[in-house]
Amino acid sequence: MDMFIATILGILAAGSPLVLASLGETISERAGVVNLSLDGAMLLSAMAAFALALTTGSAWLGFLFGGLTGAAVAGFLVVVSVYLGCSQMAIGFILTLLCRDLAYFLGNDYARLPGPDLGYWSIPGLGGISPVVYVSVIAMFLVWRWMFFTRSGLRARAVGESPQAAFSRGVKVNRIRILCVLTGGFMAGLAGGAYSLAIKNGWGRPQGCEGAGWICLAIVIFGGWSPWKVVAGAYFFAALQVAGIHLQDLFPGLPGPVFQVAPFPIMILTLLLANLGRMRRVKDLAARNPFVKKIVSGLNASAPEALGKDFNEDM
Amino acid sequence: MSAPGFRMAAPVRLVAVAAFAVAATLIILLLAGAPPLDAVSVILDGGVGSRIRALQSLGVWTPLMLCSAGLLLTFAAGLWNIGIEGQVVMGAIAATCLLRFFGEGAGTFPLVLGLLAGMAGGALWAWLSGALRVYGRVHEIFSGLGLNFVAIGLTLWLILGPWRQPGAASLSGTEPLPDDFWLPMPGGFPLWQTVLAAAAVIAVRIILTKSRWGLVVKASGQNASAAALWGLRPGLRALQAMAACGALAGLAGALQVTGLYHRLLPSISSGYGYTALLAVMMAGFKLGPVIPICFFFAILNVGSIQLPLGLRLDSSLAGVIQGVLALSVFVVAGLELRLRRRKGGA
Repeated sequence: MDMFIATILGILAAGSPLVLASLGETISERAGVVNLSLDGAMLLSAMAAFALALTTGSAWLGFLFGGLTGAAVAGFLVVVSVYLGCSQMAIGFILTLLCRDLAYFLGNDYARLPGPDLGYWSIPGLGGISPVVYVSVIAMFLVWRWMFFTRSGLRARAVGESPQAAFSRGVKVNRIRILCVLTGGFMAGLAGGAYSLAIKNGWGRPQGCEGAGWICLAIVIFGGWSPWKVVAGAYFFAALQVAGIHLQDLFPGLPGPVFQVAPFPIMILTLLLANLGRMRRVKDLAARNPFVKKIVSGLNASAPEALGKDFNEDM
Repeated sequence: MSAPGFRMAAPVRLVAVAAFAVAATLIILLLAGAPPLDAVSVILDGGVGSRIRALQSLGVWTPLMLCSAGLLLTFAAGLWNIGIEGQVVMGAIAATCLLRFFGEGAGTFPLVLGLLAGMAGGALWAWLSGALRVYGRVHEIFSGLGLNFVAIGLTLWLILGPWRQPGAASLSGTEPLPDDFWLPMPGGFPLWQTVLAAAAVIAVRIILTKSRWGLVVKASGQNASAAALWGLRPGLRALQAMAACGALAGLAGALQVTGLYHRLLPSISSGYGYTALLAVMMAGFKLGPVIPICFFFAILNVGSIQLPLGLRLDSSLAGVIQGVLALSVFVVAGLELRLRRRKGGA
């Protein structure tokens, strides 16, 4: 039983940065902007969070600074793409590489140093739980409430589906997109801080969270841009990471680094699965077979209509 | 579209890009508390300061150029071949795998086979990514990225497992290949690498400007549904462009093994696939400017190796400068567009 609880707590902890970053990306993609810089931005935020925590001695200040770093990267992306008409994909990809190298370059002085961390908030009977778990759970409810039960959440979704229609009804498309992407970037930054201050304490080259941002981008597609499915996807990949540690004990012949890449082929398979329902042959089959139909409709999800498409208010 | 208005002359644009990049790099260097002029002189001295270092930079130019040439084909087909990094790695694995079958004294024939195996390995990996896009609707950014990690995992498994050095397995790589299979480097000059990279440049230029296939690929990349109506089979073209790019990337990987390291290493690709992506984007997806940009990037990569020794800075500064440059190109192009629109009174 202890083993079971420990595993669940492990999944909750490993999942919290994935939840934060994936939900952040969901917000910005529901508003129509793909933030491809996620992986680099998370790494840069992890470095910034740890560096500030080390200098000030306050892990919470560092955590917040991580969020602000993520927001700054996302802000650059959205301002350049909205106001200068640059391709979101190209800028996002350049930013992800740039931020990664920037993190290693600026973080050189902070590598392999012991520093503060966020510690644990215990629950009696369960044991220590990292504060980032609480933060991620609160974020889930906030994002869900905001997206589906507030005026601004509705507007953000409208901007992602049909910016023209929203604009013609007086919605400020650019402003909403910028706010959504900034919020998403802030959450990705918190995820970075969660890695360096709670999940994989400290900074180094490699830090250990490399590639997590790409998994989060895939989780958003896998979760069909719907917050709760995205959360489920995040915990699914966290469970894989935790399982990897146990599998390593089961297969001592395989070197450890091999297990670290396991999430990636599974990421491709889950994307394949999520896209199956959109293929004609599978649609035909679903029309004839009610069981297949049930599965397909569960997996099926469509992207926001205007996702990745630039919109110009002046035209 | 062609409203008479503001249009920056090419030299003005270059100066603007340089000014942006220099300003951003300066800020970053000052943030890191590094002396900017010293950093620049260490990099330049490390990259072209002596004959050997200049030849090293040329040696880095060749895989960058091979990858960039391939990427021009996939970009023409409208594809983001981020999986190119894994294609380089798979080329290196395939070449090493083939050469391991031949023992010492087998002559230079297996070397040629090894390079071909590298091309096949890269092409297969790229095809896989393309097939996931064409048949499985998985975006090539995700399939390519996932396959990159798989290729790296495979390398680590081979180095620590089946191909480990006798004695202790270590991350320093497999046992060196017999020197029959080392690409000849007369006077330290990467002759064959340069010849192959130059051949790839010429081939891609001819394919994209003169051949029917190139035209069809470009048409498919610009408007897949229109191309399908004309019977141009855009899915097939995407797969062909991916495989061609993968073959060039795989060749780059095979050359890293046979020409430089003479073994399989965990970081055999040195991130050249990603660097080539930056170079091609910075060149505005055009072949002409890619050639000097790859040279410059190669000098940065080779020169920055001296940074930790000389100035105690991390060598990732090369990647920072490359990224800042690529970003500056996009920002300047965007600013230009905005200025032109404003002057045109749109």
